[in-house]
Amino acid sequence: MSGAAAVKHVEVIEEKSRPTAWQLLMNNTLAAIGFYVICAVVVIAVIAPLLPIPNPDATSLAERFLPFGSEGHLLGTDHLGRDVLARLIWGTQISLLVGVSASIIAAFFGSAIGLVSGYAGGRTDNLMMRGIDMLMAFPYILLALAIVAVLGPGLMNALYAISVVNIPFFARNIRGITIGLAHREFVDAARLSGKSHLSIILTEILPNVMPVIVITMSTTVGWMILETAGLSFLGLGAQPPQADLGSMLGEARTQMFTHPFVAVAPGLMVFIIVMSINLLGDGVRDALDPRLRAGALSRPRAVTRIERRNTPTSQPAGEAALSVVELETSFEGTKGPEPAVKGVSFSLNKGECLGLIGESGSGKSVTALSLLGLVASPPGIVTGGRVDIDGDDILSMPETQITSYRGGKVAYVFQDPLTTLHPLFSIGDQVAEAIRVHQPVSQKEARAKAVELFKAVRLPDPEERASAFPHELSGGQRQRVGIAMALANDPEIIIADEPTTALDVTVQAEILRLLQVLREERGLALLFITHDFGVVAQICDKVAVMRYGEIVEAGATEEVLRNPQHDYTKRLIACVPKPGQGRAFLEGVRALLDREARGGA
Amino acid sequence: MFGSLTRIIGPDMLAYILRRLIAAIPVLIGLSIIVFLIMALIPGDPATAILGAFATPENVARINQQLGLDKPLWDQYFIWVTNMLQGDFGRSYILNRPVLDEILERFSATLILAGTSLVVCSILGLLAGIVSAVRQFTWVDRVVTFFVLIGISMPSFFLGLLMIIVFAVQWRLLPPSGMFAVYGGGDLPDLIRHLILPAATLSVVATGVIARLTRAAMLEVLRQDYVRTARAKGLDERTVIYKHAFKAALVSVVPVIGIQAGFVLGGAVYIETVFQWPGIGAMLVKAISTRDILLVQGGVLVVAAAYVFFNLIADVAQALLDPRLKT
Repeated sequence: MSGAAAVKHVEVIEEKSRPTAWQLLMNNTLAAIGFYVICAVVVIAVIAPLLPIPNPDATSLAERFLPFGSEGHLLGTDHLGRDVLARLIWGTQISLLVGVSASIIAAFFGSAIGLVSGYAGGRTDNLMMRGIDMLMAFPYILLALAIVAVLGPGLMNALYAISVVNIPFFARNIRGITIGLAHREFVDAARLSGKSHLSIILTEILPNVMPVIVITMSTTVGWMILETAGLSFLGLGAQPPQADLGSMLGEARTQMFTHPFVAVAPGLMVFIIVMSINLLGDGVRDALDPRLRAGALSRPRAVTRIERRNTPTSQPAGEAALSVVELETSFEGTKGPEPAVKGVSFSLNKGECLGLIGESGSGKSVTALSLLGLVASPPGIVTGGRVDIDGDDILSMPETQITSYRGGKVAYVFQDPLTTLHPLFSIGDQVAEAIRVHQPVSQKEARAKAVELFKAVRLPDPEERASAFPHELSGGQRQRVGIAMALANDPEIIIADEPTTALDVTVQAEILRLLQVLREERGLALLFITHDFGVVAQICDKVAVMRYGEIVEAGATEEVLRNPQHDYTKRLIACVPKPGQGRAFLEGVRALLDREARGGA
Repeated sequence: MFGSLTRIIGPDMLAYILRRLIAAIPVLIGLSIIVFLIMALIPGDPATAILGAFATPENVARINQQLGLDKPLWDQYFIWVTNMLQGDFGRSYILNRPVLDEILERFSATLILAGTSLVVCSILGLLAGIVSAVRQFTWVDRVVTFFVLIGISMPSFFLGLLMIIVFAVQWRLLPPSGMFAVYGGGDLPDLIRHLILPAATLSVVATGVIARLTRAAMLEVLRQDYVRTARAKGLDERTVIYKHAFKAALVSVVPVIGIQAGFVLGGAVYIETVFQWPGIGAMLVKAISTRDILLVQGGVLVVAAAYVFFNLIADVAQALLDPRLKT
């Protein structure tokens, strides 16, 4: 986690020349295709009067249903002998015009409502949004139908109907952003400088919500073109002789069985327009607001990618339960892999507790997760080193075998139990599941064992709590569940990744005491990851200090505490306040930080 | 898993359902006000609008009296709602039958069509979304993404026509229109044969939307800490994906399925017209052309109420999945 954050930080610094939104858009192949196609369609529609095409309304009964590619009628003629190509081009013009107008009207009124509602807040906001909710409670097209029913069929009425139906989308999106802006400092400043509300909305807020308006427009305009065409298709939009793509399709429907092409041409045109607008709209959204990008995340694999460049063969003999040699883990960046763990070695004997200490970003969590391939991958890759558990090289095993170690011989306890326990399963089920992965017992037996484990970690009312969900427990109780889950299959090694960091101090002390007792009772080896030397002093036999992905100092805890060699270690130790030290503590820390700053400069 | 069964029917769930039902009441009232106001905005004399241009003075007087059209707007609304609650939606003078009878008959046909589509699009959309998330960046993912893109850009009325041209006219596999064969039809296999094309067409867009969202939700969830915990327990990848990740992703997909119910009910307007399915959508289009105002009013209200109900079901399903939502 912390390692990934560090890598991201590096990227931000290196990518000073960020591409503009336009470059991002054009780099997106699909969006670029959409852009060029819709441009071509728009250009043809705009220059329609200049094109050498026949009058789209000129009927000629002698020339009915001329086939595709006829002399003078490239796409043939329809049931009244009218030129299909000419009608297609003029129809496209009308459809585009109506769709874009509807979108502008909806954007205007929707944004106005959203801005006022979000800026005013309170009762005005409440009232306006209830109204918008009501409009959204109708199935989309149905409301448009009701409006057309009142206004009567016709292209303009269809335009109004589609606009009204789309107002809620704009109103809601714009309101959401405006609420966030309405109490920002620059708005307060404008208010204090005596600007009127209207001028604040127009000059301070509107420029900031403009991207959202553009995104909403680009993602809804295709839809609006489609729906106005739909109303025309039903005979409720454009009325003859006026024809948009929808009404062309509707008219051609009656001859569909004999002359399908006349119907296919306008339908295909609507499809091409909507598809290219959708491609472009998705591209605009991704370029302007990368956070909204759907599916941009890549799926993490079951086991971290392992591509070792160096595989140390030597490994310390003896009864080390866990030995790590020259472990190297990197994250894929824009410029190749960025190492987060750079050749870390340590070993952990049976029944021993090793503290791995360092500040966030030092690579300690990544080290812990690398041991059983739990680093999210992509972007993580184990690029080198060796991890031996009871003398077996883990990183050379097939994935299923690595998986079988997880929660069996080696168990993890993670930092924040609210996010690390599954929110939708009861804690009893979650622990029982961990048992059943490794032990051939029935659901009922597993559940009974889970309750036993809850007793062992001193969870109050274990029988009853077993069917509780994580959100129903306190932070300390949740961490007890996390520990119970780790104990489920009598592991030899527990890897605890900042298990107490998210807890308050008294709960932290209880959890540490619990871990200590369990370790002694069960002879566990404990790898304890933390940033707090106070905790290390309390429970660890050995300590390894990590910084920038490397171990800078290691040894017996007392030795390191008494006589720290590395400056960084001294600083970490100085961060632990001692009772009675008073202000001197801060002075000491400040002196160390100053020295660090001078050394760094 | 079975431990949670007792919770499903537990008192807190019942209380939740009751709360949602009560919360639906103001929405329904709001809907009825909007429908009423829209119809009250019709220009000209409402009685003439309802009865048509050739109405006799006696009928106009009767309508005025019946609907309280001489009274203030608020009283009119009240009379209208009271009548509806008693099952009196007025009378269609064009069809010459009570509006409610017509609506109920039509609505059952729409429910068959829309319900089938909703089931189809949920199943296909979820499957496609999961597969393309799990096999991200493989050809399967590309094929799904491509079809989703086509599906959500394709005008359903055009797709319907293509379906008819290909499957009914060219290949003669399925009937092009109607709900039952005119001669010798009327049984379930006959209904299914007539249902396939319109239901398939109607579910395309919703399938695309659900697939897209499921893919995004799965990818999001697979990055969560609790999925890492599931892996750290030693679970195999199938359990991680289909139990842990899918259940969490489903929580955000279910409300979207509820919203799709609205698109399916609305989209039925086109599909019923294209396939001449005797549902409420086709009825509304016809009623708008013939300016049969009471029929439009009743039809819109019933479909909107059905949508509220579908969303309610989606809310309850979501709360069943996610215990955090019950409180």
